[in-house]
Amino acid sequence: MKNYLKIVFLVSLAIYSCNFLRAQDDQNAIVISHQVPILGNTKPIPVSLNGFSGEVESVLKFDLYVLGFSFVSPDAAQYQISGSNSGNIIGHVSDKFAKKEILSRGYTGASVRRQAHAFADDIVLAITGKKGIAQTKIAFKSQSENGDGEIYVSDFDGGNPQAITHEKTIVSAPAWVPGRLAIYYNSYRFGNPDIFYNNLATGEARVIARYGGSNISPAPSPDGSKVAMILDKDGWVDLYVADADGSNLKRLTKSPEDESSPCWSPDGKWICFATKQNERRRLAKIPAGGGEIQYIGTVGTPSPTEPDWSPDGKWIAYTCQFSGEFDICVVPADGGAPVILTAGEDPSWSPNSRTLIFTKRADWHYTLSVLDVFTKQDKDIGRISGNDSQPSWAK
Amino acid sequence: MKTIKMIYVVAFMVALAVTGCAHKPVNVTQLPPGPTPPPIETQPSTMAGGAPPDMTQGTQLSTDTNVSSTAISGIPAASPYLFQGMIEDTNALASYTAHFKYDSAAVQKSDKTNLVAVADALAADASTKLLIEGNCDERGTDEYNRALGERRALALREALAKIGVDPSRVRTISYGKDKPADPGHDEEAWAKNRRGDFVLLHPNPNPPTVAPQS
Repeated sequence: MKNYLKIVFLVSLAIYSCNFLRAQDDQNAIVISHQVPILGNTKPIPVSLNGFSGEVESVLKFDLYVLGFSFVSPDAAQYQISGSNSGNIIGHVSDKFAKKEILSRGYTGASVRRQAHAFADDIVLAITGKKGIAQTKIAFKSQSENGDGEIYVSDFDGGNPQAITHEKTIVSAPAWVPGRLAIYYNSYRFGNPDIFYNNLATGEARVIARYGGSNISPAPSPDGSKVAMILDKDGWVDLYVADADGSNLKRLTKSPEDESSPCWSPDGKWICFATKQNERRRLAKIPAGGGEIQYIGTVGTPSPTEPDWSPDGKWIAYTCQFSGEFDICVVPADGGAPVILTAGEDPSWSPNSRTLIFTKRADWHYTLSVLDVFTKQDKDIGRISGNDSQPSWAK
Repeated sequence: MKTIKMIYVVAFMVALAVTGCAHKPVNVTQLPPGPTPPPIETQPSTMAGGAPPDMTQGTQLSTDTNVSSTAISGIPAASPYLFQGMIEDTNALASYTAHFKYDSAAVQKSDKTNLVAVADALAADASTKLLIEGNCDERGTDEYNRALGERRALALREALAKIGVDPSRVRTISYGKDKPADPGHDEEAWAKNRRGDFVLLHPNPNPPTVAPQS
């Protein structure tokens, strides 16, 4: 009898301590990163990865690498990631210094690939306290050698690609409408570079700008109510803005210089674009309703083009050019000292304002690559056909 | 003997509880079916309402609002619909292609005889029109090149207007770097690709019946 009570007591104790540990798990779900990240100069967070195999292991490695983690042995790791993927994924994360488990979770449903992305997001949240990007989407142009192309959407790592157009002609500049299943792009389908709006839910495409000359570089506002674009219907290549359906067109610039590649500030007040001032290429911004141009300082990075404003409003990523070579740069949104990150062009911010997707040239072919702006770690994603370029990250 | 047995049982129970705790996560994320979120059921894109609207006719759609202005404006573009269905003759003016310096839309003096020849061809037959195709070499960035190709075509149209060509007979298009004349990757190829091609347009004896949306 005494022994029986002993067993009940011990088992209760075991269950209690188990629950206690679980409660601690929840409390410690958010752990602040130990270093203040610096653009292009932050050390990756060392983690170990054990127990996973095949597609799950490669997805976890891709997702964590481009979010600023490095892979080391369990002894050298700050965080130990372990688990299994026989059938569904079960995963754990331990903080080695704090000597406690900070994440323990199982995943069911969908594909293991998607389970792996969901686990990667949970790892990033548990370790950094920031929302992950492993379950986000991108749009891009895939172009064959003869110049014809289609617009694709895929997972941010290139998984599950789907062509959303069937144009069999030149297409360009896909731009995802924030928060919606809709994309603007440019197509020569009707013999002229016109701007189209494609509703991804219904597959219905609609021309929203078809004026004389070029109708190019559409850029939807953060709330989706407006679209900026480049037209030359009035004789010069200038910046215009219209309502989402193309109505209420307004001309914002009037100069013989070339304006190109508009993008919006996240508060929707400014449109940033590439232009020239005194024969020098500059980045500039103009109030979205019209007004005076303000130039953005990008000292030391010649010929800036293709700006993209980060969703948190702090940064502008863009392409600069040193004697034929292009580099991805980031500058504070008000201008200042730019940081040159890596060779490439046409950057697009992810929703986390920390990761970029951009186009990389190698042997005159274009590949998309995902870049962590803090650690400068980047990885290429799979190519659809001859050339993949002009990425736009869904936000 | 009884005590040893008891130790085994207790050890087993504790081990069960502890291992259960460490390896069976309580939190389970149930993911909805489908390849990956957000679920996008894309369909083959279909065009809404048949032919695209003619935006350069009818009501004035464009308003200048506090434009950052300099002195004069360019020559307004003619509607693409005024050229709809015309037959392209890419050979007639092929030998008069104009070329440009790197990253420049300035018409070169050496192309003056080409421009005069194009103007003469248009003057010879009032029923013809002209398409100018602006092109770039592959070195620039995509959208910048698309705008640069358009500026090259506009510069050629302006130069033709100066020698008497009615600009409303001229349509411009930019192919950026998407239609190189030479697929090579050296200066010789690039020099050929920085160009403006002239395409003579003849009226179509059987014009297409599809009318644009109003």
